Amino acid sequence: MPSKVEGWKDEVYGNEIREHLMEFAEKGWESIPEDEQDAWFERFKWWGLYHQRSGQESYFMMRIGTPNGVIKPGQLEVIGEVAKEYASGPAQNPEFGDAYCDWTTRQSIQLHWIKLEDIPEIFDKLEAVGLGTQQACGDSWRNIVGCPVAGKDKHEHVDAWPVAEDLHETFKGNDDYANLPRKWKVAIAGCDEGCGQGDINDLAFEPAEKNGELGFNVRIGGGLSRKEPRLARDLDVWVPPEQAADVAGGMSALFRDHGDREDRFNARIKFLMDEWGPEKMRSVLQEEYVDFELETAGEDMRDQYSYNTGSQDGHNDHVGIHEQKDGNYYVGLNVLVGRMGADDVLELAELADEYGSGEVRLTQRQNIIVTDVPEENLDEFTSEPLLENYSPDPSPFMRGSIACTGTEYCSLSIVETKNRQVRYARWLKDNVELPEDHKDFHIHLSGCTASCAQPQIADVSLRGMKTRKDGEPVEALDIGLGGGLGDDPRFADWVEMRVPADEVPGAIKNLVNNFKDAREDGETFRDFVEDRDEETLAEMVEPEETDYDDPYMHNTKMTWYPYAEDDDMQSSPAPTNGAGEPLTSDD
Amino acid sequence: MTTDVHQLDDGAWISVNDSREVNVSDLWLLARSDFCGCETTDFLAEGFVKVGVDYPDIQARIAGQCISCGESGVTDWLTVGRVVDPDSGEFHGVVHESVHFPEKRTRLASPEE
Repeated sequence: MPSKVEGWKDEVYGNEIREHLMEFAEKGWESIPEDEQDAWFERFKWWGLYHQRSGQESYFMMRIGTPNGVIKPGQLEVIGEVAKEYASGPAQNPEFGDAYCDWTTRQSIQLHWIKLEDIPEIFDKLEAVGLGTQQACGDSWRNIVGCPVAGKDKHEHVDAWPVAEDLHETFKGNDDYANLPRKWKVAIAGCDEGCGQGDINDLAFEPAEKNGELGFNVRIGGGLSRKEPRLARDLDVWVPPEQAADVAGGMSALFRDHGDREDRFNARIKFLMDEWGPEKMRSVLQEEYVDFELETAGEDMRDQYSYNTGSQDGHNDHVGIHEQKDGNYYVGLNVLVGRMGADDVLELAELADEYGSGEVRLTQRQNIIVTDVPEENLDEFTSEPLLENYSPDPSPFMRGSIACTGTEYCSLSIVETKNRQVRYARWLKDNVELPEDHKDFHIHLSGCTASCAQPQIADVSLRGMKTRKDGEPVEALDIGLGGGLGDDPRFADWVEMRVPADEVPGAIKNLVNNFKDAREDGETFRDFVEDRDEETLAEMVEPEETDYDDPYMHNTKMTWYPYAEDDDMQSSPAPTNGAGEPLTSDD
Repeated sequence: MTTDVHQLDDGAWISVNDSREVNVSDLWLLARSDFCGCETTDFLAEGFVKVGVDYPDIQARIAGQCISCGESGVTDWLTVGRVVDPDSGEFHGVVHESVHFPEKRTRLASPEE
């Protein structure tokens, strides 16, 4: 029997939701019938709107999908203006203030505190410059990710950007693929560094050569959620760039028809891959969903991958100054936990215009890249005061930090994340010294098992938990080690569980010191972890209180907003009307 | 009226009559449970897997972990609250810090085939 959500989707889904959304927006929050709210909020996701968590009713997170993270000239200014004008809530964040953009691990943008009544104006502003929220959430084609410097990169063999753009244009708003059993995440990259992160996507196109021609090998069924991480499996298919859309369409139609619509927990294609295996998946694709003979896999470039491999050479991320193939440079700026104030976004838009082409790109490590900077502009650009906070040469602990949304806004998260990871990174920078040959050290903090911060592919993986300390419940984290991508991708081993959040920085300090003492010359952290069993590693993680202070040890989920002066759920000003004035529940 | 119960957002919360009533991330004390070997399971709710109504009780099977011993899995049916008067539909949540007794069976909100 189809799930309740499937029933709602059968009634109204896809493009047609917009008409209803606009009508509700025009009439105001209270026009959504109470007994239809759950159904409408589920549907609004398709248009990139996620109702915020308990205590924040009537406010939405808005996600803007920017394929491959490409923000074209003129678009960043509008994103900053929209954030400044509309993404302000009833309370401020102590680290980030009021009105900010979150750059996500899927090269998208998230804004918070969006009011229903403002949505038509926001859509007008975004769409006027070619941006949109369509299918940014919900059960369909999500934002397509890839190498963020596609088309610019010296390591590129196939320019994947036109292919990504074609996939975006073909499958966004396409009624044939609008209602899938669950989300559908696609990655495409043409470089030999592996920065598309295809291994953790539902469908991945990776560069490969066949009969002297460059194209893509296809992998299926990767994903990290729900303590069920999977690496995408080789489908033994190669496609030339011009047939990528045909295979992608065939695969997503196969998922549409064969994915589980009865149990949403079992709906992702990784579970169908578990059941079928790659051979059956390939044969069903061939027989039912494409009208040409599929080629077998070509010769891939995975043995050259360096991205997020912990190898300490090559390209572990896109931070720093790098020459493009046209002789200009791209400057990757570190954005700690991906959050950037609206004023800073507006200033960066001006700088990108002044020193580069005006284009910027988002990475899957929550950072931002200013592209097309001529060599003669580099010194002046990198001397701009803004880059003191968004450095192209940050501490490894700053550049390696990723955090999901957490209990600030998310219903599913167990713990506070963004502000905590900011505090962790600052403390680690001041108190911990990595070996000199370690410039990259990735710490990913995810508030729950949904794994939006991709904890399983970090050197140090942190996942939200609870424990008791002196008998009282406190926020805690599970600690995993040694995850990463590359030719031989590996998920972290969870070695120390339920560590009180205020003891985690001390645990990382002790771990790094133990690693420095015990490593062989030149041994990387990732190799070090791989060569040791969980028990040995657990002994090296010694949780300890330090002078690190954690203001979020209490149950932040029980608050209406964790940083409000009066954070009690009963003090929530939500829901509000279009002017942000609280609505009483008995009117 | 019929009591409408479902879990949403990947099992993040339980909706009762279109009102968000029970959230993940709370600790529940479970007694006489075979969830783990602890005398009392100190259970962290990480996701609502199934929901059901056994009038007047609203029940759920919850995925999570005992934070004392680390055992993880899905509970048997737990009463998370009650709708005493179906006409008003008003939900009264249980105190999750109190001791709860999981049961083997309940009636599903949407019967399985």
